[in-house]
Amino acid sequence: MKGMTVIVKKTTQILAGMIFLYGTYVVIHGHLTPGGGFAGGVIMAGAFILITLAYGSDFLNLKSKEAGSTATENISILMVILLSVVGLFLGTKIFFLNFLPKGTVGELISAGTLPLYNIFVGIEVTSSIFIIFLALVIYKEEELT
Amino acid sequence: MEMAITIITGFMILGAVYAIHAKDLLSAVIACGIVGYGLVICFLLLKAPDLAIVQIVVETITLIIMVAVVLNSSREEAYAGLDPQGFVHAAASLIILVVLFYVFYMAIHSLDGFGNGSLRMAKAYIEGAAEKTGSANLVTGVVFDFRGYDTLGEATVLITAVLGVIAILRLRGKK
Amino acid sequence: MITYLMCFILFLTGLYGVITRRNLLKIAISLSIMEVSAFLFFTLIGYVEGGKAPIVSPAEPNQVYVDPLPQAMVLTAIVIGLATTSLLLAIIIRIYGKYGTFDIREIKNLKG
Repeated sequence: MKGMTVIVKKTTQILAGMIFLYGTYVVIHGHLTPGGGFAGGVIMAGAFILITLAYGSDFLNLKSKEAGSTATENISILMVILLSVVGLFLGTKIFFLNFLPKGTVGELISAGTLPLYNIFVGIEVTSSIFIIFLALVIYKEEELT
Repeated sequence: MEMAITIITGFMILGAVYAIHAKDLLSAVIACGIVGYGLVICFLLLKAPDLAIVQIVVETITLIIMVAVVLNSSREEAYAGLDPQGFVHAAASLIILVVLFYVFYMAIHSLDGFGNGSLRMAKAYIEGAAEKTGSANLVTGVVFDFRGYDTLGEATVLITAVLGVIAILRLRGKK
Repeated sequence: MITYLMCFILFLTGLYGVITRRNLLKIAISLSIMEVSAFLFFTLIGYVEGGKAPIVSPAEPNQVYVDPLPQAMVLTAIVIGLATTSLLLAIIIRIYGKYGTFDIREIKNLKG
């Protein structure tokens, strides 16, 4: 698909990095301010969608196999499952055990495994929504030749 | 508070009624956006900032995908006129909807009224959640620590939906 | 009380759209409207009058907070709603590519 006009391209050049940075901030501070894994994940996906819509898929040379995105999604969901199963290996029979030290409420490094969960779920949500957007808007259906 | 939410819900109902009866499909999709963005204002009035962030971005992405589907196919709803079969459909469905509304009205009387906190689990989750999970954001603590299983299920549903979309559209590499 | 009734009228509007409309895209839009009304009803139940948003700050103890449990459920449900709507739209794209129309009565009559 073709891209948009010059004004949209220049504005996207400035804004897309800031939107991605804001999404990262919302993910990492998920246990202190409103937000968390899901909210930050969809904001980061919004930055990628903005770039794809403004520049067009011809200019970006998007390959028709989403190999990079599906690999990211699979690795992050495997890390979520690994984190939740650690409790079974440590001797106690609790699923989803919060095994790292908890610290004081209100610090950046606190709340045990919660920041790690937030990061991995954020990466997974970003990859999923970007793949859905690519499949439905850019690639549509292939002709059965 | 109650009056503000009632007024905004009234606007959402008007937008929904227009979205169902519009003849141009692009107008119907944009009227669907009224319902979604009105929900964002309701979430902010009900003191739920997490939900407002997620809903506003998800509604924008849904609108983008629907507009792409409409622009790649027909833009008009081919309307064949009121035939007798459609008329019987509409009348029967209106009767069913009135019965459902009456049943809901009877069921509402067992709740305590708006804003009184009818749920009993709230005390058990709030009192001591900050020390037990160590996080200042109670919603994140509930989602990832007290109810981590539901989050695992949600991640699984996302992955399955992506698999389904790729399998239905049957994307292959170009030669 | 009247807020709950307005929320249910929104649900009934979506249900009316699913039953009576013939265009596939209108059915998808009506399903999205029904999901929105369900999220609103969940959050309405958990509201406490005079409560604050559920963020604990250690400087002010003993505050009244709104209920965080329905908010946690709706947070997950919003993202799942996006996934199911996109799956439905993928099927609709396929149907349009094969039959050339969005109308369900003509698709019923064509039969491949």
